[in-house]
Amino acid sequence: MWSFFHKLGSPPWLYRIAGSILRWLLPITLLMLCVGLVWGLLFTAPDFRQGNSYRIIYIHVPAAVVALAGYYVMAIAGGVSLIWKMKMADVAMRACAPIGAALTFIALVTGAIWGKPTWGTWWVWDARITSMLILLFLYLGVVALYEAYDNKEAASKACAVLTLVGTVNIPIIYKSVDWWYSLHQPASIKFTGESSIDPSMLYPLLLMIAAFYALFTCCLLMNMRADILQREARTNWVRKLALEYRA
Amino acid sequence: MYFESLEAAIAMDGHGGFVWAAYGICVLVLFLILLAPRRRQKKILRRLAGEQKRQQGSPITVEEGK
Repeated sequence: MWSFFHKLGSPPWLYRIAGSILRWLLPITLLMLCVGLVWGLLFTAPDFRQGNSYRIIYIHVPAAVVALAGYYVMAIAGGVSLIWKMKMADVAMRACAPIGAALTFIALVTGAIWGKPTWGTWWVWDARITSMLILLFLYLGVVALYEAYDNKEAASKACAVLTLVGTVNIPIIYKSVDWWYSLHQPASIKFTGESSIDPSMLYPLLLMIAAFYALFTCCLLMNMRADILQREARTNWVRKLALEYRA
Repeated sequence: MYFESLEAAIAMDGHGGFVWAAYGICVLVLFLILLAPRRRQKKILRRLAGEQKRQQGSPITVEEGK
C-alpha cells in the first residue's frame, strides 16, 4: 500500500504508467464518444415536450457532471499538494484546470443554445447558471494564477488555496435548483428513487457520461505527462526520452 | 435511425441549427483539449533533443548552422 503511494510520487513511474493506461483508455474513450454522439443525435426519439432540441442533453449533462467531478479531483489534489507537499499532486491539480474549464464552457454554451428554443432566451442570471459561470472563472483563475507567478512553488501554493476556497461553490451548484426558484430543470437522473427519464433516453445519456469521465481521465493523464516532462527536463530519464524521440 | 431522411436529420423540425451548433462546438472543444497536451509534449521533447544535440557539438551540426 505505502509503496504504491511512494511510486505515485515518482515522476518516471507516473509518466510510464499514465502512458500505458492511455494506450487502451484513449481508443475506448473515442469509441464511446463517437457511439454516444451519433446515438443521441440521430437514433433516439425526440422529447414529447421539447422536440429535438432536447438532444443537447447528451452533451450538456455529461459536460456539466464531469466539470463538477473534475473540481473534486482538483480540490483533493490541491489539498494533498498543500499538506504533504507532494509534487505530483500539484501536477495533477494543474492538469485538471484547463480540462475543467473546457467542460464548464461546453456546459454553459450548450445550455445557452438549449435555452433559446426552450426558454426563449440565451441567458438568464439563474442560480444554477451563475454558479456554473463562477466555476468556469475558478478553473480559469487557477490557470491564470499559476502563470502570474514567476516563483512556481509560490504559484502552486496560491493555486491550491484558490482551489480549496472555491470548493464552497460546489454544493451551491448542486443545490441551486432546489434552493432558489429557477428556470433550470431539476436533476432527471437520481441514484435514489425513480429517474424521470425514459430508458431509451437514459442509456445513451449514461454512455455519454461515462465517455466524458473517460475523456477527463485521458486529458488529465496527458496533461500530467506533458507537465512532468517540462518539470523533469533536467533529469537523465527525460534526456534519454528526448534522444529516443529524435531517433 | 430515427429520422427518415438526411434533410430531416439536419432540419430536426426547426431545432437543427441549435442542436448541430451545440454538438459542433462540443466536438471542437473536445478535439482541442485532446490535442493540446500531445502537441505540448512533442514540443518539449523536440526542444530537449535539440538542446542535447547542440551540447554534444558535433562538427556536422556546426557546418549546417553556417
